[in-house]
Amino acid sequence: MPFDPILAEIRFGCGRAPALAAPAGPEAMLAGLSAPDAMAGRFPIEPFETFLDRMAWRTEKVKERRKARGTPDFEAIRKELQVQNRIARQDHWRWMAAHLLRRTYSETPFRERLEGFWADHFTATGKRGLIRRATSPYTESAIRPHLAGRFEALLFEAVTHPLMVHYLDQERSVGPNSERAQRANGKVGLNENLAREILELHTLGVDGPYTQTDVRELAELLTGLTLHPRVGRHFKRDLAEPGAETVLGKSYGGDAPHIRDIKAVLRDLARHPATARHLAWKLAVHFVSDQPDPALIAAMETAYLDSKGDLSRVYAALLYHPAAWATDAPNVKLPFEFMSSACRALAIPPEVLLGYNERQFLVRVYEPLRLMGHIWQRPNGPDGLDEADSAWITPQGLSARLQWAVTVPRQLQPDLPDPRDFVETALGPRAPDAVRFAARAAETRSDGVGLVLASPAFQRM
Amino acid sequence: MLNRRAFLTRSALVGCSLAASPLVTPVTFAATPGDHRLVVILLRGGMDGLAALAPYGDPGFAALRPDVQIGGDGHVDLDGFHALHPALRPLLPLWREGHLAAAHAVSTPYRDKRSHFDGQDILEAGIADLSNGLTRDGWLNRMLQHMPGAGTQTAYAVGSDALSILAGSAPVGRWTPEADLALSPQALNLAEMVMRDDPAMAAALAEAYQLADSDGDALAVGGGQAEMMAMMREDMRASRQPGAETRLAEFVAARLKEEARVAAFSINGWDTHNDQARGLGRALSRLSDTLLTLQAELPGPVWQRTVVVAMTEFGRTARMNGTRGTDHGTGGAMLLAGGAMRGGRVHADWPGLAESDLYARRDLMPTRDVRAHAGWLIRGMFGLEAGVIERDIFPGLSLGTDPGLLA
Repeated sequence: MPFDPILAEIRFGCGRAPALAAPAGPEAMLAGLSAPDAMAGRFPIEPFETFLDRMAWRTEKVKERRKARGTPDFEAIRKELQVQNRIARQDHWRWMAAHLLRRTYSETPFRERLEGFWADHFTATGKRGLIRRATSPYTESAIRPHLAGRFEALLFEAVTHPLMVHYLDQERSVGPNSERAQRANGKVGLNENLAREILELHTLGVDGPYTQTDVRELAELLTGLTLHPRVGRHFKRDLAEPGAETVLGKSYGGDAPHIRDIKAVLRDLARHPATARHLAWKLAVHFVSDQPDPALIAAMETAYLDSKGDLSRVYAALLYHPAAWATDAPNVKLPFEFMSSACRALAIPPEVLLGYNERQFLVRVYEPLRLMGHIWQRPNGPDGLDEADSAWITPQGLSARLQWAVTVPRQLQPDLPDPRDFVETALGPRAPDAVRFAARAAETRSDGVGLVLASPAFQRM
Repeated sequence: MLNRRAFLTRSALVGCSLAASPLVTPVTFAATPGDHRLVVILLRGGMDGLAALAPYGDPGFAALRPDVQIGGDGHVDLDGFHALHPALRPLLPLWREGHLAAAHAVSTPYRDKRSHFDGQDILEAGIADLSNGLTRDGWLNRMLQHMPGAGTQTAYAVGSDALSILAGSAPVGRWTPEADLALSPQALNLAEMVMRDDPAMAAALAEAYQLADSDGDALAVGGGQAEMMAMMREDMRASRQPGAETRLAEFVAARLKEEARVAAFSINGWDTHNDQARGLGRALSRLSDTLLTLQAELPGPVWQRTVVVAMTEFGRTARMNGTRGTDHGTGGAMLLAGGAMRGGRVHADWPGLAESDLYARRDLMPTRDVRAHAGWLIRGMFGLEAGVIERDIFPGLSLGTDPGLLA
């Protein structure tokens, strides 16, 4: 199958939009990745560097509160902390709305889809307190700027990021023979969590050529990497295991531990053939089909190896390959892709969504998404969302999609389109007769629009 | 806000009852396969068996787990060797009645890489390793394929995760109680029509209609947009309240009182790398609440025929780590509850806790395959032949001697 502009919008973009043109070809889609980031300016999300100020402020306030115990100031400080929590919670919703609106209005929607893919590949979230709100700022700072460069840059930014360091327990990991461990008399020690996930999920893949020994050595090499509430990414030498570590047969580091050693091992892992295979397979499964054509995977893998992990070359191999345009076994949209492509087809006015209070947002966006099977920024584990369609097309998941499609669009778009026109907007000339019929036969506009959105033609990509 | 009861009355008046509607394929109530009920609870994240069920009688235990106290507010002695985590204290009456048992030093055949995802895949697939890739079906589904009379209502995957343990060619119901549908009769009809040519979606939708119609409130509503929104809000309010697992257990109990014989769901929160004392207590309390809810909701005679198996992908390190938690390990424990159990005992070929007894000098040594215990249970409950279990349900398993789990 050759390039198809409508399929390009649906499969590699965020769906069709009434006022936005389909891409002219793969070249234009790739060029979009280096175009100015208009959406980040129009629907801003706080960069992590700014979010850190909140964390630093909180650390200070908590200290103040401790000192103020039993004094009249205590209550005022407690209030201030509460207010900060509330603001962060509201910002968390607003950022979710910004992600939706970027997908609704972007003229470079492949960027949004890639951000979704890599944010999920590098799933990280805060586990308690304020940092639970940090996922969007992390994505904005560590993922979004690195979508089309070398994988090793993205890998380093993501896995050494303070949020990942926190999520995978690296902040607590201490070299067994480090200065800190000696001072603490055995009360602290190594935690293998981040090392294991780097090998299993982020680079080589679970079938990759590594052993428990590699996990442990990498964990020892990672010691020293921690997070600091004021500066973020931080390397503390007194936590680091002294001496060299051997990962996949190569020795890293020495007597003067440095974050350079971590960068070096990550670069080698990024350039490993197993990583090329793993990432090519995962991208193909994500964008094309649960059973992608092996020739497509091979082409992407080759592009990856030839370019030392230049992601834009891998995307080019994907978009120029005929198997990427096959329509025999299309994927089902993930819940957020489903919801955002509906917002895009409806061209929902930003002010409606941004004007919601927390409860309205919860009922119309967050909770329906959860029932579809995706708990926003609360992953089940560091492996993120399931790629298999069967995980999403369940009675419950489908029921949640159908109910949302019929009920909520009218809240998001007060000027709901005529369902007969909406079929064309959303699906174009590919619309099946049954969907056209349902759009005509529905009793109300909301039912008609909802049935178009719930149709397999819209839910598949 | 419209409450659910008022809404029900209203929709009964103005809506159409779907049970009597030609929209829905009539449910086939096949002859039910026997009278036993099996509930499998997957404890995702790796439960620390040495903390849940502390083998304090082992001379090596105190050194590995210096924080565990027996008696007082701490662990509760069961049999002079094992002690139950304080968060499981509400289960003591079950233990005394012989409705609670455990197996210790057990694991799947999974070794060494200690990945949650592989560990759970192997646990749910029921296979020995991943060298030949993952099966596309789960062992509970393969079991259903060998149960004569198993129909669409026989087994339920409950909750919002994938539950590959029940994936496969035998039909399985999937639902979470807070999901719901409330649409106009015509919209329901048209939705069926647009999905007709997509087999996966058509099948999921048909099942959704049945479940949404059977879980206490009507599926087809006549009232329009406002009522639909009110119903969505109501469902979501309930889902935000604590005790989500209890709601799952209530739903499971309701199905088991009807045609269902098999159900599975998950309880998460066992990956206690840090400050285990807090996180593990919370997770165990949820497990305890879930088991007690099942017992409370099932009528006596049904509970007498029920077995609840709580299993996890692996145990955790024998020693505490540097952050007052435990890392991914190997051998662990499984909990078994239900009136059909011969309870009040811990089944184990105890390997010991001296460093040389540990697996890779770090984890509790597994001395029995969790699949063997599960195999003996389903053999006893559903009359499956040993050969079928060892060949089809748990390929390559050797059942070994009968541990005598059932009453």
